[in-house]
Amino acid sequence: MSVKTLVVYLMAGPDTPELAAAAVAGGADVVELGFPFSDPLADGPVIRRAAERALAQGMRTRACLDCLAETRELVPDTPLVPMTYAALLEAYGWDRFAGDARSGGATSLIVADLPVDVRPELRRIQLVAPTSTDERMRIAAEHTDGWLYLVTLTGTTGARADVSPALAGLVERARAVTDVPLYAGFGISTPEQARAAAELADGIVVGSRPIEVAEEGPEALQRYVRTLRDAVDSVVAV
Amino acid sequence: MISTPGLYGTYGGRYVPETLIPALDELEAGWRDAWTDESFQAELDELGRNFGGRPTPLTRAERFALGTRLSLKREDLLHTGAHKLNNALGQAVLARRLGKRRIVAETGAGQHGVATATVCARFGLECVVYMGEEDMRRQRPNVERMNLLGAEVRPVDFGTRTLKEATSEAIRDWITNVETTHYLIGSCVGPAPYPEIVRELQAVIGREARGQFLAAEQRLPEVVIACVGGGSNAIGIFAGFVDDAEVRLVGVEAADAASLGTGKPAVLHGARSSVLSDEDGQIADAHSISAGLDYPGVGPEHAWLRDSGRADYVSATDDEALDAFRDLTRLEGIIPALEPAHALARARELDAELVLVCLSGRGDKDLEEVLAR
Repeated sequence: MSVKTLVVYLMAGPDTPELAAAAVAGGADVVELGFPFSDPLADGPVIRRAAERALAQGMRTRACLDCLAETRELVPDTPLVPMTYAALLEAYGWDRFAGDARSGGATSLIVADLPVDVRPELRRIQLVAPTSTDERMRIAAEHTDGWLYLVTLTGTTGARADVSPALAGLVERARAVTDVPLYAGFGISTPEQARAAAELADGIVVGSRPIEVAEEGPEALQRYVRTLRDAVDSVVAV
Repeated sequence: MISTPGLYGTYGGRYVPETLIPALDELEAGWRDAWTDESFQAELDELGRNFGGRPTPLTRAERFALGTRLSLKREDLLHTGAHKLNNALGQAVLARRLGKRRIVAETGAGQHGVATATVCARFGLECVVYMGEEDMRRQRPNVERMNLLGAEVRPVDFGTRTLKEATSEAIRDWITNVETTHYLIGSCVGPAPYPEIVRELQAVIGREARGQFLAAEQRLPEVVIACVGGGSNAIGIFAGFVDDAEVRLVGVEAADAASLGTGKPAVLHGARSSVLSDEDGQIADAHSISAGLDYPGVGPEHAWLRDSGRADYVSATDDEALDAFRDLTRLEGIIPALEPAHALARARELDAELVLVCLSGRGDKDLEEVLAR
């Protein structure tokens, strides 16, 4: 069993079930499935463009839920987490969305623009950022579904040159208020960064880089995820 | 512990990434502190008078709408040529109080960008304005003005390449630079407390207009009418009359950007409002000859005023706005911006004797677009 958790984000699309299976074969512990939104405020260029492509391919909410169910068939034992924006839930119906996602195989949910204050009753993975106060971290941890998503930097998703220097402090502050697992995401793309982040947090999330590698096909994605797996596992081997 | 601030009925709120919530809390606290501070109010009054040119006049339009006593609130005569300066000045003073030295803004028609660049020049603040490439093409003179004023105009080259994407990019910049930067939003949209801040800063239009109208006509107007894109000039002039139940409030949207007329409840740019969107919540494209109205969303307070029945919202087509633009120019010697030309188009058809129109901006920026028709 892996000690540090590796979360891989993929955008919902026709090839996604197969790509998700490749990511799991490469060593992903959790797969996030992006349900595209036309105006994704938290996302940088790579995921924004992937969302535009997915929408052009017809990946609307219903098609994304079908994609989720197909992915669930191919990877029966891996947690699958839809990640999306409030607009989709508002249109589909908040409870209906959560219900249909779970019956399609989702194990939880992430809504990038829904801070803990809004609809706290909706079970989801909460996000905290370097700007979050200790009090907000405590509330987010209380409400979160399983693990807490540490947004390592002030900014949007996408590769960066280095792991955010804010991560260490963020982990320290979150640890002080909660025992839930802490997974770090945003700006992590290389094995070196994966290792550095995994030394601090309980797990890592990678998103933009897998989307780029996935364009080269499932084998390339599996190889890439394997390099992350090895990097993350090297932390506990020390 | 859990509260949902800034709601107008079921509209408004804060649908933004967690990163921004502490900044919105700080902004809200700073705003409350400033708004109740007499020295802040005195500074705004002084800047409005001596830098902006307030109060702006009320002009009787004698020939534009025969059979109607139609008055124009002349925000086109405000410094920089539109009502946008009211908001930009107030938020710039607020940003200084909050210790923020860098300003980001979005702009559609370029009027808010120019107003923001202007106040940043005045106060020595760094200024970055996001603008869609399509709007940069349509509103070239305003791009040149912003550059002259020392602002950096960053083109947005994806999606609709208009105000919607420019707003998203400005918010992404703010998420990235939130510690040093104030986001100077241009309309009564966005997450709380922005819709409230922008309304209060634009309410000067309605306060002045009410007093001026009473002085000129010895009674209140039957109808107050204004164009609505995001809705800031409308919410500002409505604010002066919303408590006068006998005064009809009418907002005029562009026909193919009618967020209130044909939109549905959706989440865009940090708030729930009435938005042009499809059944899946994906935001639809708006279309208008007027860059300032070419936006699929609208301020949440307008959605609430519509639902409550306090205000009515109608629309005008590109051609109707162009006709009103030409008529006001020829008959009154006032070249309006294409945005308030939409309000003028509907104003002259009203079954009312006393009408007040918010002439929110001047039309210099639109000459190329109009002459090309």
